[in-house]
Amino acid sequence: MAVDRKHLLTSVQMADFVADGLLRFDALIPEEINREVMRELDERRINFGYEPQGQPLDELWRESRGIGAMIRLPQVQGIIQSLVGPDPLYDHHCPHQVPPGHVEGQIWHADAIIDTRQHFDIQLFYFPHDTPREMGGTMFLPGSHLRRIHETDIARHQNFLGQMPIVCKAGTLVVGHHGIWHCAQPNLTDKLRYMFKLRLNPTVRQLRLWNTDDLNDPQIPGILFRNHRWYGNDDRLEYANRIKFWRFLTGDDGYDAHYWLTRIENMPERIAL
Amino acid sequence: MPDLRQKILILYSRTPDLNSEIGSWAIYDGTGKERHTTGDSDTPPYASVFAAMQDGWRVIQFPQLFPAYPGMELSTSYLRFEYILEKMEEVDGG
Repeated sequence: MAVDRKHLLTSVQMADFVADGLLRFDALIPEEINREVMRELDERRINFGYEPQGQPLDELWRESRGIGAMIRLPQVQGIIQSLVGPDPLYDHHCPHQVPPGHVEGQIWHADAIIDTRQHFDIQLFYFPHDTPREMGGTMFLPGSHLRRIHETDIARHQNFLGQMPIVCKAGTLVVGHHGIWHCAQPNLTDKLRYMFKLRLNPTVRQLRLWNTDDLNDPQIPGILFRNHRWYGNDDRLEYANRIKFWRFLTGDDGYDAHYWLTRIENMPERIAL
Repeated sequence: MPDLRQKILILYSRTPDLNSEIGSWAIYDGTGKERHTTGDSDTPPYASVFAAMQDGWRVIQFPQLFPAYPGMELSTSYLRFEYILEKMEEVDGG
Protein backbone atom coordinates (compact mmCIF):
# COMPACT_ATOMS: atom_id res chain seq x y z
CA MET A 1 0.00 0.00 0.00
CA ALA A 2 1.47 3.36 -1.03
CA VAL A 3 2.00 5.69 1.90
CA ASP A 4 1.89 9.47 1.64
CA ARG A 5 5.20 10.91 2.80
CA LYS A 6 3.40 13.08 5.36
CA HIS A 7 2.46 9.94 7.29
CA LEU A 8 6.01 8.62 7.58
CA LEU A 9 7.91 9.02 10.84
CA THR A 10 10.56 11.70 11.14
CA SER A 11 14.22 11.12 11.97
CA VAL A 12 13.61 12.58 15.42
CA GLN A 13 10.86 10.02 16.01
CA MET A 14 13.16 7.27 14.76
CA ALA A 15 15.85 8.44 17.19
CA ASP A 16 13.22 8.24 19.95
CA PHE A 17 12.51 4.67 18.87
CA VAL A 18 16.22 3.84 18.99
CA ALA A 19 16.57 5.35 22.47
CA ASP A 20 13.32 4.12 24.03
CA GLY A 21 12.41 1.02 22.03
CA LEU A 22 8.87 2.26 21.55
CA LEU A 23 6.76 5.06 20.17
CA ARG A 24 3.40 6.08 21.56
CA PHE A 25 0.55 7.60 19.56
CA ASP A 26 -2.27 8.69 21.84
CA ALA A 27 -5.86 8.47 20.59
CA LEU A 28 -4.63 7.94 17.02
CA ILE A 29 -7.39 5.57 15.94
CA PRO A 30 -10.83 7.12 15.34
CA GLU A 31 -13.67 6.21 17.65
CA GLU A 32 -15.77 4.48 14.96
CA ILE A 33 -12.92 2.03 14.34
CA ASN A 34 -12.36 1.51 18.06
CA ARG A 35 -16.05 0.68 18.49
CA GLU A 36 -15.98 -1.74 15.57
CA VAL A 37 -12.85 -3.42 16.92
CA MET A 38 -14.58 -3.94 20.26
CA ARG A 39 -17.55 -5.48 18.44
CA GLU A 40 -15.25 -7.78 16.43
CA LEU A 41 -13.52 -8.91 19.59
CA ASP A 42 -16.71 -9.33 21.63
CA GLU A 43 -18.38 -11.28 18.82
CA ARG A 44 -15.23 -13.26 18.01
CA ARG A 45 -15.27 -12.02 14.43
CA ILE A 46 -11.49 -11.96 14.67
CA ASN A 47 -9.69 -15.24 15.31
CA PHE A 48 -8.18 -15.25 18.77
CA GLY A 49 -5.68 -17.87 17.61
CA TYR A 50 -2.85 -17.18 15.19
CA GLU A 51 -3.47 -16.82 11.47
CA PRO A 52 -1.00 -18.68 9.21
CA GLN A 53 2.32 -17.05 10.05
CA GLY A 54 4.65 -15.45 7.53
CA GLN A 55 1.92 -14.31 5.15
CA PRO A 56 1.77 -10.76 3.78
CA LEU A 57 -0.05 -8.49 6.21
CA ASP A 58 -2.01 -7.02 3.29
CA GLU A 59 -3.79 -10.37 2.84
CA LEU A 60 -5.26 -10.38 6.34
CA TRP A 61 -8.50 -8.90 7.62
CA ARG A 62 -9.37 -7.39 4.22
CA GLU A 63 -13.07 -7.24 4.97
CA SER A 64 -12.67 -6.11 8.57
CA ARG A 65 -13.94 -2.63 9.40
CA GLY A 66 -12.32 -2.85 12.81
CA ILE A 67 -8.87 -4.42 13.05
CA GLY A 68 -8.41 -4.35 9.28
CA ALA A 69 -9.47 -0.70 9.07
CA MET A 70 -7.10 0.18 11.90
CA ILE A 71 -4.17 -1.36 10.05
CA ARG A 72 -5.16 0.30 6.76
CA LEU A 73 -5.29 3.79 8.29
CA PRO A 74 -2.74 5.93 6.44
CA GLN A 75 -1.21 7.04 9.74
CA VAL A 76 -0.72 3.43 10.85
CA GLN A 77 0.62 2.43 7.44
CA GLY A 78 3.11 5.30 7.71
CA ILE A 79 4.33 4.06 11.08
CA ILE A 80 4.63 0.48 9.85
CA GLN A 81 6.41 1.44 6.65
CA SER A 82 8.86 3.71 8.48
CA LEU A 83 9.96 0.88 10.75
CA VAL A 84 9.66 -2.37 8.77
CA GLY A 85 9.11 -1.08 5.26
CA PRO A 86 6.55 -1.94 2.60
CA ASP A 87 4.99 -5.40 2.38
CA PRO A 88 5.63 -6.59 5.95
CA LEU A 89 4.77 -10.11 6.99
CA TYR A 90 2.29 -11.13 9.65
CA ASP A 91 4.15 -12.86 12.48
CA HIS A 92 1.33 -13.35 14.95
CA HIS A 93 -1.43 -11.47 16.70
CA CYS A 94 -3.06 -11.84 20.06
CA PRO A 95 -6.12 -10.14 21.48
CA HIS A 96 -5.10 -9.90 25.14
CA GLN A 97 -7.87 -9.95 27.71
CA VAL A 98 -7.46 -9.16 31.40
CA PRO A 99 -10.58 -10.05 33.34
CA PRO A 100 -12.18 -7.71 35.88
CA GLY A 101 -10.84 -7.96 39.40
CA HIS A 102 -7.54 -9.50 38.26
CA VAL A 103 -5.09 -8.38 40.96
CA GLU A 104 -1.87 -10.01 39.74
CA GLY A 105 0.39 -8.30 37.28
CA GLN A 106 1.90 -10.41 34.54
CA ILE A 107 5.58 -11.17 35.04
CA TRP A 108 8.09 -9.01 33.20
CA HIS A 109 9.22 -10.51 29.92
CA ALA A 110 10.38 -9.81 26.41
CA ASP A 111 8.62 -11.72 23.67
CA ALA A 112 10.09 -14.70 21.81
CA ILE A 113 13.72 -15.64 22.49
CA ILE A 114 17.15 -14.01 22.55
CA ASP A 115 17.35 -12.17 19.26
CA THR A 116 20.76 -10.93 18.21
CA ARG A 117 19.76 -9.20 14.97
CA GLN A 118 20.09 -5.51 14.22
CA HIS A 119 17.17 -6.17 11.89
CA PHE A 120 14.07 -5.96 14.01
CA ASP A 121 10.40 -6.78 14.16
CA ILE A 122 7.81 -4.43 15.54
CA GLN A 123 4.85 -5.11 17.75
CA LEU A 124 1.72 -2.97 17.67
CA PHE A 125 -0.02 -2.67 21.03
CA TYR A 126 -3.45 -1.22 20.35
CA PHE A 127 -5.77 -0.08 23.13
CA PRO A 128 -9.28 0.16 21.65
CA HIS A 129 -10.96 1.55 24.77
CA ASP A 130 -10.06 4.01 27.52
CA THR A 131 -7.52 2.46 29.88
CA PRO A 132 -7.16 4.19 33.26
CA ARG A 133 -4.37 3.08 35.61
CA GLU A 134 -6.70 0.92 37.69
CA MET A 135 -7.42 -1.04 34.51
CA GLY A 136 -3.79 -1.65 33.61
CA GLY A 137 -2.71 -1.28 30.91
CA THR A 138 0.50 -2.78 29.57
CA MET A 139 3.61 -1.74 31.50
CA PHE A 140 6.73 -1.04 29.43
CA LEU A 141 10.33 -0.45 30.42
CA PRO A 142 11.65 2.23 28.05
CA GLY A 143 15.19 1.58 26.91
CA SER A 144 15.16 -2.17 27.58
CA HIS A 145 14.88 -3.29 23.94
CA LEU A 146 18.58 -3.80 23.16
CA ARG A 147 19.19 -6.10 26.14
CA ARG A 148 19.92 -9.66 25.14
CA ILE A 149 17.69 -11.64 27.45
CA HIS A 150 15.53 -14.70 27.08
CA GLU A 151 11.82 -14.10 27.60
CA THR A 152 10.85 -14.50 31.28
CA ASP A 153 14.39 -14.76 32.65
CA ILE A 154 13.71 -11.26 34.02
CA ALA A 155 10.59 -12.37 35.89
CA ARG A 156 11.88 -11.90 39.43
CA HIS A 157 11.89 -8.12 38.99
CA GLN A 158 8.77 -6.24 40.03
CA ASN A 159 9.47 -2.54 39.59
CA PHE A 160 11.95 -0.29 37.81
CA LEU A 161 12.67 3.40 37.96
CA GLY A 162 11.02 4.90 34.89
CA GLN A 163 8.62 2.03 34.18
CA MET A 164 5.76 3.26 32.01
CA PRO A 165 2.20 1.97 32.31
CA ILE A 166 0.05 2.76 29.31
CA VAL A 167 -2.73 4.88 30.77
CA CYS A 168 -4.53 6.14 27.73
CA LYS A 169 -7.57 7.17 25.79
CA ALA A 170 -9.28 4.80 23.39
CA GLY A 171 -7.46 4.40 20.11
CA THR A 172 -3.96 4.67 21.50
CA LEU A 173 -1.25 2.76 19.67
CA VAL A 174 2.15 1.86 21.07
CA VAL A 175 4.67 0.49 18.60
CA GLY A 176 7.52 -1.41 20.17
CA HIS A 177 10.82 -2.97 19.13
CA HIS A 178 10.59 -6.76 19.49
CA GLY A 179 13.00 -6.69 22.44
CA ILE A 180 11.09 -4.30 24.70
CA TRP A 181 10.44 -5.55 28.25
CA HIS A 182 6.79 -5.39 29.22
CA CYS A 183 4.04 -6.95 31.33
CA ALA A 184 0.27 -6.72 31.57
CA GLN A 185 -0.93 -4.90 34.66
CA PRO A 186 -3.74 -5.84 37.06
CA ASN A 187 -7.28 -4.88 36.13
CA LEU A 188 -8.97 -3.65 39.32
CA THR A 189 -12.13 -2.48 37.54
CA ASP A 190 -15.30 -4.47 36.95
CA LYS A 191 -14.82 -4.46 33.16
CA LEU A 192 -12.89 -6.75 30.83
CA ARG A 193 -9.80 -5.07 29.42
CA TYR A 194 -8.66 -5.61 25.84
CA MET A 195 -5.34 -4.95 24.18
CA PHE A 196 -4.70 -6.13 20.64
CA LYS A 197 -1.12 -7.07 19.82
CA LEU A 198 0.27 -7.62 16.33
CA ARG A 199 3.85 -8.56 15.43
CA LEU A 200 5.23 -7.75 11.98
CA ASN A 201 8.43 -8.80 10.18
CA PRO A 202 10.28 -6.71 7.59
CA THR A 203 10.83 -8.00 4.04
CA VAL A 204 13.30 -5.27 3.07
CA ARG A 205 16.53 -3.95 4.52
CA GLN A 206 15.54 -1.46 7.21
CA LEU A 207 17.47 1.40 5.68
CA ARG A 208 16.16 5.01 5.76
CA LEU A 209 12.55 3.90 5.38
CA TRP A 210 11.17 6.99 7.11
CA ASN A 211 11.02 10.66 6.08
CA THR A 212 14.70 11.58 6.33
CA ASP A 213 14.29 15.31 5.66
CA ASP A 214 15.43 16.00 9.23
CA LEU A 215 18.23 13.42 9.28
CA ASN A 216 20.71 16.01 10.54
CA ASP A 217 18.44 17.46 13.20
CA PRO A 218 20.69 18.65 16.03
CA GLN A 219 18.42 17.01 18.62
CA ILE A 220 19.31 13.51 17.46
CA PRO A 221 22.65 12.99 19.27
CA GLY A 222 21.00 14.09 22.52
CA ILE A 223 18.07 11.74 21.98
CA LEU A 224 20.43 8.83 21.33
CA PHE A 225 22.04 9.62 24.69
CA ARG A 226 18.78 9.70 26.65
CA ASN A 227 19.50 8.12 30.02
CA HIS A 228 16.77 5.92 31.39
CA ARG A 229 17.08 6.11 35.13
CA TRP A 230 17.12 2.37 35.79
CA TYR A 231 20.30 1.81 33.74
CA GLY A 232 22.88 2.81 36.29
CA ASN A 233 26.42 2.06 35.24
CA ASP A 234 25.33 0.37 31.99
CA ASP A 235 24.12 3.63 30.44
CA ARG A 236 27.27 4.13 28.37
CA LEU A 237 27.02 0.64 26.93
CA GLU A 238 23.43 1.40 25.92
CA TYR A 239 24.58 4.57 24.14
CA ALA A 240 27.21 2.61 22.22
CA ASN A 241 24.60 0.08 21.12
CA ARG A 242 22.22 2.85 20.07
CA ILE A 243 24.93 4.44 17.93
CA LYS A 244 25.42 1.06 16.24
CA PHE A 245 21.66 0.77 15.73
CA TRP A 246 21.53 4.28 14.21
CA ARG A 247 24.38 3.34 11.86
CA PHE A 248 22.34 0.31 10.78
CA LEU A 249 19.20 2.36 10.17
CA THR A 250 20.90 5.21 8.32
CA GLY A 251 23.57 3.21 6.47
CA ASP A 252 26.18 5.63 7.79
CA ASP A 253 28.89 3.36 9.17
CA GLY A 254 30.90 6.32 10.37
CA TYR A 255 28.10 7.91 12.39
CA ASP A 256 28.97 8.71 15.96
CA ALA A 257 27.61 10.80 18.79
CA HIS A 258 29.85 12.41 21.37
CA TYR A 259 32.89 10.52 19.93
CA TRP A 260 32.07 7.30 21.76
CA LEU A 261 32.64 4.69 19.07
CA THR A 262 35.22 6.74 17.19
CA ARG A 263 37.45 6.53 20.24
CA ILE A 264 37.32 2.77 20.66
CA GLU A 265 37.52 2.12 16.92
CA ASN A 266 40.72 4.13 16.61
CA MET A 267 43.45 1.60 15.90
CA PRO A 268 46.02 3.44 13.79
CA GLU A 269 48.51 1.35 11.85
CA ARG A 270 50.56 4.18 10.37
CA ILE A 271 54.21 3.89 11.34
CA ALA A 272 55.62 7.14 12.69
CA LEU A 273 58.84 8.04 10.89
CA MET B 1 10.74 -20.65 69.56
CA PRO B 2 9.22 -17.98 67.33
CA ASP B 3 7.79 -19.25 64.07
CA LEU B 4 9.85 -17.34 61.50
CA ARG B 5 9.60 -16.92 57.74
CA GLN B 6 12.02 -15.38 55.31
CA LYS B 7 11.26 -12.10 53.62
CA ILE B 8 13.38 -11.34 50.55
CA LEU B 9 14.22 -7.92 49.16
CA ILE B 10 15.94 -7.73 45.76
CA LEU B 11 17.59 -4.41 45.02
CA TYR B 12 19.32 -3.53 41.80
CA SER B 13 21.94 -0.98 42.66
CA ARG B 14 22.97 1.40 39.90
CA THR B 15 26.64 0.75 40.66
CA PRO B 16 28.33 -1.90 42.85
CA ASP B 17 28.62 0.77 45.57
CA LEU B 18 26.11 -0.14 48.26
CA ASN B 19 25.32 3.54 48.70
CA SER B 20 24.23 4.09 45.11
CA GLU B 21 20.66 4.69 43.97
CA ILE B 22 18.27 1.78 43.39
CA GLY B 23 17.09 1.12 39.81
CA SER B 24 14.87 -1.91 40.37
CA TRP B 25 13.29 -3.61 43.36
CA ALA B 26 11.16 -6.58 44.34
CA ILE B 27 9.83 -8.01 47.59
CA TYR B 28 8.83 -11.62 48.25
CA ASP B 29 7.30 -12.02 51.71
CA GLY B 30 7.36 -15.55 53.08
CA THR B 31 5.08 -14.57 55.95
CA GLY B 32 2.29 -13.92 53.46
CA LYS B 33 1.51 -10.57 55.07
CA GLU B 34 2.53 -8.60 51.99
CA ARG B 35 1.74 -9.47 48.40
CA HIS B 36 3.69 -7.74 45.68
CA THR B 37 3.36 -7.87 41.93
CA THR B 38 4.79 -6.13 38.90
CA GLY B 39 4.27 -2.40 38.67
CA ASP B 40 2.95 -1.98 42.20
CA SER B 41 5.20 0.92 43.15
CA ASP B 42 7.04 3.71 41.39
CA THR B 43 9.61 4.46 44.07
CA PRO B 44 12.02 1.99 45.68
CA PRO B 45 11.47 1.05 49.32
CA TYR B 46 14.99 2.23 50.21
CA ALA B 47 17.31 4.80 48.76
CA SER B 48 20.19 2.30 48.65
CA VAL B 49 21.27 -1.17 49.74
CA PHE B 50 23.05 0.46 52.66
CA ALA B 51 19.84 2.22 53.74
CA ALA B 52 18.09 -1.17 53.75
CA MET B 53 20.89 -2.60 55.90
CA GLN B 54 20.38 0.23 58.37
CA ASP B 55 16.75 -0.84 58.61
CA GLY B 56 17.71 -4.36 59.61
CA TRP B 57 17.95 -6.17 56.26
CA ARG B 58 20.80 -8.68 55.95
CA VAL B 59 22.60 -8.91 52.62
CA ILE B 60 22.70 -12.58 51.69
CA GLN B 61 24.00 -12.35 48.12
CA PHE B 62 26.46 -10.00 46.48
CA PRO B 63 26.61 -9.71 42.70
CA GLN B 64 29.88 -11.02 41.35
CA LEU B 65 31.75 -9.09 38.72
CA PHE B 66 32.78 -10.99 35.64
CA PRO B 67 34.91 -9.75 32.78
CA ALA B 68 33.00 -9.48 29.52
CA TYR B 69 33.22 -12.43 27.16
CA PRO B 70 35.39 -11.58 24.14
CA GLY B 71 33.15 -10.01 21.51
CA MET B 72 30.44 -9.19 24.06
CA GLU B 73 32.12 -6.21 25.69
CA LEU B 74 29.38 -3.75 24.69
CA SER B 75 26.41 -6.10 25.09
CA THR B 76 23.87 -5.55 27.83
CA SER B 77 21.48 -8.11 29.20
CA TYR B 78 20.50 -8.80 32.82
CA LEU B 79 20.82 -6.37 35.71
CA ARG B 80 24.35 -6.80 36.96
CA PHE B 81 24.52 -5.26 40.43
CA GLU B 82 21.65 -7.01 42.10
CA TYR B 83 21.78 -7.50 45.87
CA ILE B 84 19.54 -9.94 47.68
CA LEU B 85 18.62 -9.15 51.27
CA GLU B 86 16.55 -10.93 53.88
CA LYS B 87 14.71 -10.41 57.11
CA MET B 88 13.32 -13.18 59.25
CA GLU B 89 9.87 -12.24 60.45
CA GLU B 90 7.45 -13.91 62.78
CA VAL B 91 4.21 -15.22 61.36
CA ASP B 92 0.93 -14.62 63.19
CA GLY B 93 0.40 -17.09 66.01
CA GLY B 94 4.06 -17.97 66.08
